Amino acid sequence: MTKHTKTATNGVNVAALLGAREALKDAPEAARFKWRATSEWVKGTHNRATVAGFFGLGTEHQHRQTYKFESDHPEVFASEDNGATPVEFVLVGLAGCLTAGIAAVAQNRNIQLHSVKATLEAGMNIQGILGIDPDVRNGFDGIKVHYDIDADASAEDIAALVAQSQKRSAVFDVVANPTDVTVTSSKS
Amino acid sequence: MSESASRGIAGTVDVVVIGAGHSGLAMSYLLGQCSLRHVVLERGEVANSWRTERWDSLRLLTPNWMTRLPGYPYRGDDPDGYMSAGQAADFISNYGTYTSAPVLTRTTVTRVAQSRHGFRVETSRGDWLCQAVVLATGAFNKPVIPRLAEAMPANVEQLSAHTYRNPRQLAPGGVLVVGASATGLQLAQEIQLSGRPVTLAVGEHVRLPRVYRGRDIQWWMLATGVLDQHIDDVDDPDRARRVPSPQLVGTSDRATLDLNVLQGQGVKIVGRLMGIRDSVAQFSGSLRNVCALADLKMNRLLAWIDQWAEANTPSGIGPTERFVPTLVGETSQLELKLGEDIRTVLWATGSKPDFSWLDLPIFDRKGDLKHSRGVADVPGVYVLGLPYLRRRKSSFIHGAEDDVRELSTHIADYFDRSTSQIKSRLRSVAI
Ligand SMILES: Cc1cc2nc3c(=O)[nH]c(=O)nc-3n(C[C@H](O)[C@H](O)[C@H](O)COP(=O)(O)OP(=O)(O)OC[C@H]3O[C@@H](n4cnc5c(N)ncnc54)[C@H](O)[C@@H]3O)c2cc1C
Repeated sequence: MTKHTKTATNGVNVAALLGAREALKDAPEAARFKWRATSEWVKGTHNRATVAGFFGLGTEHQHRQTYKFESDHPEVFASEDNGATPVEFVLVGLAGCLTAGIAAVAQNRNIQLHSVKATLEAGMNIQGILGIDPDVRNGFDGIKVHYDIDADASAEDIAALVAQSQKRSAVFDVVANPTDVTVTSSKS
Repeated sequence: MSESASRGIAGTVDVVVIGAGHSGLAMSYLLGQCSLRHVVLERGEVANSWRTERWDSLRLLTPNWMTRLPGYPYRGDDPDGYMSAGQAADFISNYGTYTSAPVLTRTTVTRVAQSRHGFRVETSRGDWLCQAVVLATGAFNKPVIPRLAEAMPANVEQLSAHTYRNPRQLAPGGVLVVGASATGLQLAQEIQLSGRPVTLAVGEHVRLPRVYRGRDIQWWMLATGVLDQHIDDVDDPDRARRVPSPQLVGTSDRATLDLNVLQGQGVKIVGRLMGIRDSVAQFSGSLRNVCALADLKMNRLLAWIDQWAEANTPSGIGPTERFVPTLVGETSQLELKLGEDIRTVLWATGSKPDFSWLDLPIFDRKGDLKHSRGVADVPGVYVLGLPYLRRRKSSFIHGAEDDVRELSTHIADYFDRSTSQIKSRLRSVAI
């Protein structure tokens, strides 16, 4: 049904992803991944998180380098603004996940992408986190993501691309659905 | 002596067909044409599932003209109508009479195992020995209910589409219907109209108009070849087999039933039910996306139909149409108090077959029957009527014919081969 005869070059190795999908069907244990992060308080609301390794395919892996993320709060919160706010990291994560998904789905559907820009906005009523009103939720009261996409495809095919990427997105699922969270502590 | 060896033998046949629904009866008819000796074992009466496992108001989603079995078309005077469950049961029973199917009713199969020369089919009324077994026990015997049902507070009544009969069964007060396929939509509408406020939890679903360009959507799906699409020709067979039933209802006014219609009648729609915590149901924030996906897919199908219509110019069709996108409110509700707002939860979350009595090495890691287009992994075992077994129409009544024809040919070959093997073995003994 596709009109494209050229192969799209979005730089996603879909063959490898599809191969992994086949292989992991018969190796359910190898499909279990654990993602990790550590974080250390710096000062005030400034915090530094690091991501170094993860577990998957039955073994430990190291990223090519250790990634560091500075987070802080803005000056309107009487903070020093040494980094993005933690909730903004959630938006970064969502944008990263959805956009990667769009590229992968486009590659699979042989749609050539030229540019993919996402604008994200999330509302929050800080009466929740300040404990002013117990009926107000701490987290986002909603997230709006808008994609502006230039690609060799119809508007409808682009809409389908974006919809399919949400269907397959881990971070979309994490923010859209309840997740059991356990937080413990120890004295060092 | 093992228990089974001590059991009485009721008979020996070539093939035992288990289940006298339309699939089993159609297979019986064609086995008869291949002169294979067989028996059809049925735990209840013929068409048992239409008599005992359907809600009161159910009507088929497929129009009467489409309801046909091998050698047996619909002959009534309402080809565009939709049969009630009782009428479907009668249609199937009449077919059994018409084909003189060798059915033993009130005979429950309790175990099927390999025996020295084939299979031993143990039943509540004696055992059968045979060379081949056809599993025609239905694809929808057991409700699939998500694990989180266990977290439901005790003051909430739970029903499934298998135990629901009509709204009078339900306590007054709010009802949460989980699942938005044909079953969920039909029951949500019926319960809402009975005066109980309904909230419908919507996951991935398939939206279709009942009538498109003046013809039943099933007519288009058949004409354009969608229903005949072969499992070998789809990208992802596993996913194709999991596609939920389309949002349709069979009523005399041939009305469309979709989420917009329900919302117009006061049903509230929420996302997929994802959790229950402290008596609060939590819904997914993916509602907008699942609705957008369903709208996109519907429009893609309609565009495909239009394209086909242009090339094939069927007579008497109406102009092209497009439908209002699914309306999703500005903010979607993410929580609901169970027990307070909701007195009853109705699981319309799908059904699966029950093969618990099959004592054969035939299941995959997830407990699903392993088969290739109805030919099971154990030689001599066949299965019918599962969703997309061979074609998209496989689990429909009219879909049985092609599958049964092909599988009965396979069975006949299987017997030819085993007979020639026996003959050549005898020959080698003679030499
Ligand atoms: C709610 C619903 C609506 C549907 N609507 C339509 C529709 O509109 N149009 C359409 O074409 N199809 C429809 N179908 C799909 C399909 O046609 C039916 O599910 C049909 O009943 C399947 O036929 P079958 O012969 O494969 O199985 P069934 O009709 O389920 O027959 C299986 C038989 O096996 C018997 N059995 C089971 N286990 C045993 C055992 N251990 N021992 C002995 N006997 C056993 C059962 O009693 C039953 O009689 C619908 C299905 C459902 C569930």
